[in-house]
Amino acid sequence: MDPSRKRKIRLVLALSVAVLLASALVYTTFTASTEASTPSELMASAEPGRSYELTGKVVEDSVKRDGEGLRFAVRDRDGTASVPVVYEGVVPDPFRDGREVIVSGELEGGRFVAERDSLITKCPSKFTDDEKI
Amino acid sequence: MAGVGSACLVVALMTALYAAAASVYGARSRKREFVVSGRRAIYCMAALLIAATALLQSAFLRSDFSLKLVAEGSSTDTPTFYKATAMWATQDGSLLLWALLLSVFTSAVLFLTRNSLREIAPWATAVLGVVAGFFLLLMVGWENPFTTTPGPVPLEGAGLNPLLRHPAMMIHPPMLYTGYVGFSIPFAFAIGALITRSTGADWIRATRRFALVAWTFLGTGILLGALWSYTELGWGGYWAWDPVENASLMPWLTGTAFIHSIMVQEKRGMLKVWNVSLIIGTFVLALVGTFLVRSGILESIHAFGASTIGTQFLVFISAVIVGSALLVVSRLADLQTEARLDSLLSREAFFLLNNLVLVGLALVIFWGTFFPLISEAAGAERSVGPPWFDRMTTPLALALVLLMGIGPVVAWRRITLAGLRRALLVPVAVAAVVLVVLVALTDASGSLPSLAMFCLVAFVLGVVGQEFWRGASARRVITGRGWLRSLSELVGRNRRRHGGYVAHAGIAVLFCGVAASSAFAEQKDVRLSPGESVQSGDYTVTYVRPTATLGRDDAGTGAPISFGAVLEAKGNGKEFILRPRRNYYPTLDASKGAIGRFFEGEATSEVDVRWGLRSDFWTAVRPDISALDGPIREANARFEGASDDVQATVIAFLVERYRTDPPPATFRTIVSPLVSWIWIGGAIVLLGALVAVWPAPEARVRRVRSLYSARLGKDLSEA
Repeated sequence: MDPSRKRKIRLVLALSVAVLLASALVYTTFTASTEASTPSELMASAEPGRSYELTGKVVEDSVKRDGEGLRFAVRDRDGTASVPVVYEGVVPDPFRDGREVIVSGELEGGRFVAERDSLITKCPSKFTDDEKI
Repeated sequence: MAGVGSACLVVALMTALYAAAASVYGARSRKREFVVSGRRAIYCMAALLIAATALLQSAFLRSDFSLKLVAEGSSTDTPTFYKATAMWATQDGSLLLWALLLSVFTSAVLFLTRNSLREIAPWATAVLGVVAGFFLLLMVGWENPFTTTPGPVPLEGAGLNPLLRHPAMMIHPPMLYTGYVGFSIPFAFAIGALITRSTGADWIRATRRFALVAWTFLGTGILLGALWSYTELGWGGYWAWDPVENASLMPWLTGTAFIHSIMVQEKRGMLKVWNVSLIIGTFVLALVGTFLVRSGILESIHAFGASTIGTQFLVFISAVIVGSALLVVSRLADLQTEARLDSLLSREAFFLLNNLVLVGLALVIFWGTFFPLISEAAGAERSVGPPWFDRMTTPLALALVLLMGIGPVVAWRRITLAGLRRALLVPVAVAAVVLVVLVALTDASGSLPSLAMFCLVAFVLGVVGQEFWRGASARRVITGRGWLRSLSELVGRNRRRHGGYVAHAGIAVLFCGVAASSAFAEQKDVRLSPGESVQSGDYTVTYVRPTATLGRDDAGTGAPISFGAVLEAKGNGKEFILRPRRNYYPTLDASKGAIGRFFEGEATSEVDVRWGLRSDFWTAVRPDISALDGPIREANARFEGASDDVQATVIAFLVERYRTDPPPATFRTIVSPLVSWIWIGGAIVLLGALVAVWPAPEARVRRVRSLYSARLGKDLSEA
């Protein structure tokens, strides 16, 4: 086989492998990912047994310790719709009333039951201008 | 003060633009004096930025709250060590740091190349001038670090974010930025080479050391960030696949690919398009990394608050991508390869493979990191978590370590199968022995990816050891000197190569730590009262007693109040005490009350780790101070206007009350095997990089040069 033809075949082969790998990547991401959702969206359209990533702010004075776990409510970033959360696991240092949080879990009977250790709290924005707004 | 600082920035911006314009004009019109003038303008810009940084630093150290940045990012009770680092904890200050480092690096490279690369250097100066100009424009136009506080000057500042009060934070951001900035040097010279169509390996020879330095700094910065996460964030891990972490890893991966693939261009004149694309990609990813921390477009624990300069970054990054891509396409004819791949069993083929894996890793991480944005564009916002990243990157990491072992023993152009067998016999045997020992004596087979990684690490170490052994024994035979002398001469004769081997060994060791600690760590979350015990790994942990201190500040972070625990761990024939704590920082929020503000501000974990070569014992505590809520409310009401002394006494009473009447506290303990080897491996890589970067002694350089010219003369006379 002449070398340029051989190179062409190699190139086509390599490109098809790359395309194949890329589509596998795209497919697995869509199946493995969780949908981000605000409390109001969650209350409106959550399907039972499906996992969501809840984002919003911790409602003032809603944080209660419950044995090993924690109960609090998360509300829309700019709104009042809220959903109660049951959580167990490590609580990030910046977690507190009014902070923005992200937590993964499922909606069960009107409560958001979070996965263990899934709570993420955004860095306190006290140290930036935006907090004062 | 503020006026002088702002003026420095404005003049620096004009200087940067002048440098760019003068260099371009000088290069086009072949007027050398303009090129020289452009270069000197860059030196001048560096001096101005050093002055501006010194002004800002002194404002932080003097707690000059008339500057908004100081009032928001520091306070009089912030320890001096952290006052000095507060500059880069703020958005505007970190921009200044970027510009400062860029101007210093640019000056260094322009000084070193002042008598060479006459074609390329002016264009590189222009590119670097424009990049510096962009950062200066951001500061002058939108995020001026010298903005003054509106209204009367406050008596006290907000203080540095307590989470950033950790020694690693002092050096982590400058390291990371040095890495980001360092890659802009080879990028600028690559652009210069493209513009002038001088696409040989000259630009690579002139800047490869900068690329290596950048790579080293970026890697060190990433590791320090991981160490910070492990010892400060209170969750016990070192890597969470957080967008900001990923943002720093991506340019490191493509940069790693770059420092390997440029060797192919130097030796064989191949992969030219690939190399310029890689360095452009690395620089763009460095910009993306800087941008991501500021834009607020992705959810992250590290990000600065939502920012005003996201759009500007996006415009600049797009301009860099489009401009570079057009330039590469228009120069494709000049980037013709000088040689073809002779065989798939050659070093250049293995370099190419390792490049594909590294870029593949970077692409996977890019995809996962930006998936929320991609999926939002396609409908609903979705995101992927750490398990997805682990699953996707593990096979690539394994392939990478395998290639890292094979690559060095494969010769340029081609190696015969027999030769390959000879070279790999010992390392494969080492890996096989490790496999048998691990399966027979430990429970490492519980995690197949980790088991595979351990064997591959053994394989890589076998290869590196064998290379040193063979080289040193050959020298010993030739020179008749001792082992150590032969070894050091071997390294000295080809620093870059042997430094590279050491770095390979270090990365292997690091991966060993990652594989062990990610698969075999035992974690426990428990709630204990004093006197109670729990089993964690091979250890029995007992909560001996609570601690409560006021004004002791053992960690040196400026927190007045600290609640913690004394833990006793017994097991493995060892017995030791651990003292995890939680520090409480006062808040300026008046609604918490005069007393309450000392308890209800920020609080951060001060974890306690018993470091060990075999395993770390990691502990954190979360005291439950809700029992103090009632007394605090009462104290708020009663001692509102009381004198400082009285308030201090009340606070001391409350603190003491936690110690004498402790409620149960929540603990997290982690027994993490071999995790120390991550940091040790990192140190080995650093050593290897130093060996590779260290300039050869002047005498040797001259000898090599004269050898080259002698050979050239011979070739010419023969021709």
